[in-house]
Amino acid sequence: MLSSRQQGSAGDLALVTGLKSGDQGAMADVYDRYSSMVYAVALRVLGDTGAAEDVLQEVFLQLWRKPGAFDAARGSLGSWLAVITRNRAIDSLRKRPPETDIEDVVLSVAPDIAGEADRARAAEKVRGVIGEMAPAQRSALEMAYWEGMSHSEIAVKTGEPLGTVKTRIRAGLIALRKAFQT
Amino acid sequence: MSEHEQFADDLALYALDALRGEDRARVDVHLAACAACRLELERLRGDTALLALSAAGPRPPQRARQRLLDAVAREARVAEALSQITRKDETPSRAWPAGPGWWGWLAWAVSATLVLAFALSSQRANMELREQLVDASSQVAKNARELEELRKIAAPILDPETQRVTLVSATAPPQPQGKAFYLRNRSSLVFLANNMPALPAQKAYELWLIPVSGAPIPAGVFKPDARGSASVVNPPLPAGVEAKAFAITVENETGAMTPTMPIVMMGSGE
Repeated sequence: MLSSRQQGSAGDLALVTGLKSGDQGAMADVYDRYSSMVYAVALRVLGDTGAAEDVLQEVFLQLWRKPGAFDAARGSLGSWLAVITRNRAIDSLRKRPPETDIEDVVLSVAPDIAGEADRARAAEKVRGVIGEMAPAQRSALEMAYWEGMSHSEIAVKTGEPLGTVKTRIRAGLIALRKAFQT
Repeated sequence: MSEHEQFADDLALYALDALRGEDRARVDVHLAACAACRLELERLRGDTALLALSAAGPRPPQRARQRLLDAVAREARVAEALSQITRKDETPSRAWPAGPGWWGWLAWAVSATLVLAFALSSQRANMELREQLVDASSQVAKNARELEELRKIAAPILDPETQRVTLVSATAPPQPQGKAFYLRNRSSLVFLANNMPALPAQKAYELWLIPVSGAPIPAGVFKPDARGSASVVNPPLPAGVEAKAFAITVENETGAMTPTMPIVMMGSGE
């Protein structure tokens, strides 16, 4: 019998296969599975429900038009959608064109977040790791991630050296990774 | 510091889509040649996905679901309609059924009408073609005049007899300098360089076009003359590539298909 993780991944694979054959029902299922997460990310970045809804539409329509952009062999659909959503929301917030095509977004991630229960557990762990970070590191990471600030902008705002800001951001991401490797 | 450590912090910014301009172009060049860093970038992107989980909020409004599914259904209908038009064009026409008597006369009359209409149409088309030929000849003459004008403009830039002068600050020694003129819609590139250091025998500089996405593209191999000047004119390039930056590396004089680190010069759009 498949574990819930395996069921989640297998379910994602079946949905993406459906999208590739133009199955509108598969699109509805993908939306039902991930729209809460996508909307939450967009809303956190943009702080505006209308703008967040627009990003939500754009992300799922992009997936509908280019289902092949997601490589099911390399990561989870939920994680891929989270990255695409955050990037598009930041582009909207900063009023700039996208830097990366969705086909070029390839990622590897340890936890499977296909199911709501898996996502809830992973979310709790992430909040725990972030809560334990030194304030300066947490702040740098959040400014970079949720506000799309460059390391230069963060350095100016915090008065910290550029190299320190860059190292803190990377160390914060590595700390998250390690929490899910144990 | 190893080369990987040099890029380690930048990869995290890259994963956050926070690296732009020359900084991003520098990392792009490295990623094209380093599988280890490409893998680390994938892992860092995965780490950013974990950050997304910390967002909590209300569910999207119910109308958003229907709005999306309506948009998906519309696109599916358009795609199906286009597909049907294509299939219709490919369907071979059916032969007219033979019919005796009155039907036969009708078929003859229709055929004769069609032949007459075709003849008139051909005559009209013939006249239109003659007019187009006159227009084309006029355009050819105009193109020739423009080409001559362009040759006059390009000659002082490209002729080896041309005296090249680089003006710099009076207090600073001359530095290597390059200028790339790239016209994307014609895949046309002219590159001029000054004050380039001489290279050892069997080595050459290679120019690279760094695209917005994808690996660096070779854009010509050159050696500076005794004065340190060099140029590359219209190297073969893929059509319509959007350039984020240009870079120069030192390669064997036959050139390379992937850049050899380090980059000796680089610049992005002005």
